[in-house]
Amino acid sequence: MTDAAPRGGWLIFVSLLVALFLTVLPMPAATDAFRPQWVVLVALYWCLTVPERFGVFAAFAAGLAVDLVTGSLFGQHALGLSLIAYAAVELHQRIRLFPLWQQALFVWVLLLVERLLNLWVLAATGQPLPFLIYWVPTLLGLLLWPWLFVILNDLGRRAGLV
Amino acid sequence: MRGGSISSRPSDPIKPLFLRGPSPTLRVILAVVCALGLIIADHRFDHLERVRSLLSVLAYPLHLAVNVPAALVRATRDRLTDAAQLRAMTTALGRENLLLKARLQQFESLEAENMRLRDLLGSSFNIGERVLIAEILAVDLTPSRQQVMVNKGASSGVFVGQPVLDANAVMGQVIRTNPFSSVVLLITDSDHSLPVEVNRNGLRAIAAGSGVGQGLELLFIPKNADVREGDLLVTSGMGERFPRGYPVARVTTVRQDPDNPFTTVLAEPTARLDRSREVLLVWTLDPQMQQKALTGAESSEDATP
Repeated sequence: MTDAAPRGGWLIFVSLLVALFLTVLPMPAATDAFRPQWVVLVALYWCLTVPERFGVFAAFAAGLAVDLVTGSLFGQHALGLSLIAYAAVELHQRIRLFPLWQQALFVWVLLLVERLLNLWVLAATGQPLPFLIYWVPTLLGLLLWPWLFVILNDLGRRAGLV
Repeated sequence: MRGGSISSRPSDPIKPLFLRGPSPTLRVILAVVCALGLIIADHRFDHLERVRSLLSVLAYPLHLAVNVPAALVRATRDRLTDAAQLRAMTTALGRENLLLKARLQQFESLEAENMRLRDLLGSSFNIGERVLIAEILAVDLTPSRQQVMVNKGASSGVFVGQPVLDANAVMGQVIRTNPFSSVVLLITDSDHSLPVEVNRNGLRAIAAGSGVGQGLELLFIPKNADVREGDLLVTSGMGERFPRGYPVARVTTVRQDPDNPFTTVLAEPTARLDRSREVLLVWTLDPQMQQKALTGAESSEDATP
């Protein structure tokens, strides 16, 4: 099953690339504020399913990629992502046994933590603070999680990753 | 992810129950320290700008790819315009062109006269700028900031602090250049302010972006200052960053708040910040070159404002 070279690493890379693409994809101004935290969702999925392949450092790198692509401060997204990746990696054995909806709730809490850390960096560096609508994407993430889980699970199985 | 390489030996077919390598706790401490260090380095010092502009070459394909759907929609719409619409557009453009040309005739003679008078007075004046047309990339950057990305970068000679205009007025200035693209801070961002003057009477002021919506606010206007609704604000050229005399905004509200020692003056930008697709990047010619152009040749065809 597991060869000397682990299989399916490309899937992790491609899924993160797609998430980055969706992060900067232009949307109508009215819906722009509701953009889900794609990269966080995808990174969390890999942390929960293959923590031995995708851990804290990989999440850190993904966060740096977000910072690079969106032009935010270097480390702004990396900080939140690596911290919630830590929580996910530490608790993955318990979380994987949960039913899907409980898992989604756990993910929602992590999404909130990521937003909070991001907000903290924004405030600490004196950047303009977003409005209350800033928290809405976490709810969208909660709704999206089961779908994302099923899709990535299927893809991961085909790629021999999960 | 490093732990995986240890645990996935050929003799070990089942997934490891415990992660190997440095413990996640150690890793997260390292990652957080790195992240905080990067945030401080990026926020306080400029050392990371070079790294960012190098790395942004990697992000450029992604930014281009993101632009593709919007470009496709636009191309399809262009293709689907029917003949009647095109005819109407040509007529309208022809009419506008005629009008502009007529105005330009006057403008050229006025400019020459202005130059003569200024020459007599012995004062220097911007006679010309070089411009480059750039296209706004359909990329959504941080939503709480008023920034856009354009498709010309350091390789085209774009520099940080360069003024950016659209067909109507000042849009903003370049704050970051990458090799093939650059980021423009719009005048409505809450971190941006620019020196302006009221076109009617030359009253100087500072127009700061309000960050919320599409507005500007004039700072520190005394109670007795002569500002009225509908006044046009133009760049005053005082900050030596924006060339002088370009329209910026039109005053929409003049209000006297009892608790505020200054008049509250709100203005709306004349540039179509959210709608224009093409922008102009401006190079101001330096004074020596201007002087040379003034004394050397009477006409300055290459330096069209």
